[in-house]
Amino acid sequence: MLLAIDTSTGTSVAVVDHGAGVIAEAGTPDTMRHAEVVGDLIRQALAAASITPSRLSGVAGGMGPGPFTGLRVGIAAAHAFALGIRRPFVPVVSHDAVAWLWYHEGGDGPMQVVTDARRREFAVSAYDGLDDAGLPIRAVGPQLVPRDEVPERDGARVDASTVSAGGIGMVAELAFAAGRLPLTGDAPLYLRAPDVTPSAGKRVLR
Amino acid sequence: MNRDQPLVLGIETSCDETGIGIVRGTSLLANVIASSMDEHARYGGVVPEVAARAHLEALGPTIEAALEESGVTLDELDAVAVTSGPGLAGALMVGVGAAKALALAIERPIYAVNHLVGHVGADLLDADAPLETPTIALLVSGGHTSLLVVRDLVSDVELLGETVDDAAGEAFDKVARVLGLPYPGGPEIDRAAAGGDPKAIRFPRGLTQAKDQAAHRYDFSFSGLKTAVARWVEQREAAGEPVPIADVAASFREAVADVLVTKAVAACTDLGVPRLLLGGGVVANARLRELAQERADAAGVALRIPPLSLCTDNGAMIAALGAQLIMAGHEPSGLSFGADSTLPATEVQVS
Ligand SMILES: [Zn+2]
Repeated sequence: MLLAIDTSTGTSVAVVDHGAGVIAEAGTPDTMRHAEVVGDLIRQALAAASITPSRLSGVAGGMGPGPFTGLRVGIAAAHAFALGIRRPFVPVVSHDAVAWLWYHEGGDGPMQVVTDARRREFAVSAYDGLDDAGLPIRAVGPQLVPRDEVPERDGARVDASTVSAGGIGMVAELAFAAGRLPLTGDAPLYLRAPDVTPSAGKRVLR
Repeated sequence: MNRDQPLVLGIETSCDETGIGIVRGTSLLANVIASSMDEHARYGGVVPEVAARAHLEALGPTIEAALEESGVTLDELDAVAVTSGPGLAGALMVGVGAAKALALAIERPIYAVNHLVGHVGADLLDADAPLETPTIALLVSGGHTSLLVVRDLVSDVELLGETVDDAAGEAFDKVARVLGLPYPGGPEIDRAAAGGDPKAIRFPRGLTQAKDQAAHRYDFSFSGLKTAVARWVEQREAAGEPVPIADVAASFREAVADVLVTKAVAACTDLGVPRLLLGGGVVANARLRELAQERADAAGVALRIPPLSLCTDNGAMIAALGAQLIMAGHEPSGLSFGADSTLPATEVQVS
């Protein structure tokens, strides 16, 4: 059983199990209040699943892509929770969760996941169905493209405004069961060098 | 929960230091700091996005290092404390997210605390002569320049004044750049000032004139000073004369130290508080410490300066403040607090 957290769009927290699927999920599409809500959502998801932290075998975290400030809150929380229960942290590409859910709900054939990357860009990943382990086959991405230059591709285009932590958790469970970990690196998928404007003179106390 | 000698882990991510501290009551067990200062050097100042990225990378290893140093395990902890503000919002959020999750994972309460009051709390960890109140506290770093009166650490803190423009540490960085010295400016200016005459050039002391006393008696301003130094250097260069770097550095440093200490000691005298505590990274400046000692002695004020590792931003001071709140019977914070980049000093704990 895993706790899963994703803050690449809004904030989503879930408890999942390989056999039982998504046991509990709590979230909000609010893209401005990740730090405020992440604690309550973790508590809600654990309560809804009626489990204590020690019952978990790991923590899955959505690594983005997504707006950096919010994205980091979920990764920091997932890291810290895993450290707290002395269980592994499993990084998952957030787009993979969107694709898995789409196929899981009956989608078929090639598809593209598109999310907002701000600054007039989208983050895009392309998929070619599910593999033997039930994991989405990512053919391209995630990558940043100007909003009017999303590559032409056969199949469905899924513009996701939310990423489900249930999907994050299930991708992690399937990968673990198939011996396919790690799925991705430990670093957030920023896809963009840091904006290096030094902090302006402080008008308020800091 | 053990309210007599609570074992608290503190998380600090308000600027460019990832600080994890562990205290038991007022005993320091671990104080581990990972700094991203080197990454900011080429930009000449703290870059918020670079700082936030570094916090995320450093948090886990720094927590592990602090546990190792303290010899305690997670299940022994009584509570987690974290800086809620003031500071850089994106940097604070990394610590807040991690602290909430850690507290939930180990099923312990969380205390969201004020960074500035944390600087004062650092002095609790002096085993020989712990913090006494009331005290005036002068907190000076690259991020803040604040003067507080602390009557009771957990319940009565008042902001007397703060900088209206640059923080003192920022002024050091900017003047270092004017003199062609690298970042961070504090130690560079200190080095350059050696052998210089602090009275060579009379640079302006911001907000110290009679007309400023009504509205800004305890406020600071360093932007005019920085401009004055830049103009002085430019005029020299334009006239084709050599710039006496040691004299400029010494005179600039003297102006900063003079304003800081004058206002802090005035607060002690005005309010009848016989104690002055220094905190923040700029306390590393030798001339500031020297002048503070001189003036404090003359005014009959007891000066307190915690060790430098507890003056710069650190997690031990956050843990120490958390422990004080617990010992004073305060209830934990809820889980809904956020990062508050402008949290006022009067708010010791965020509920
Ligand atoms: Zn500070």
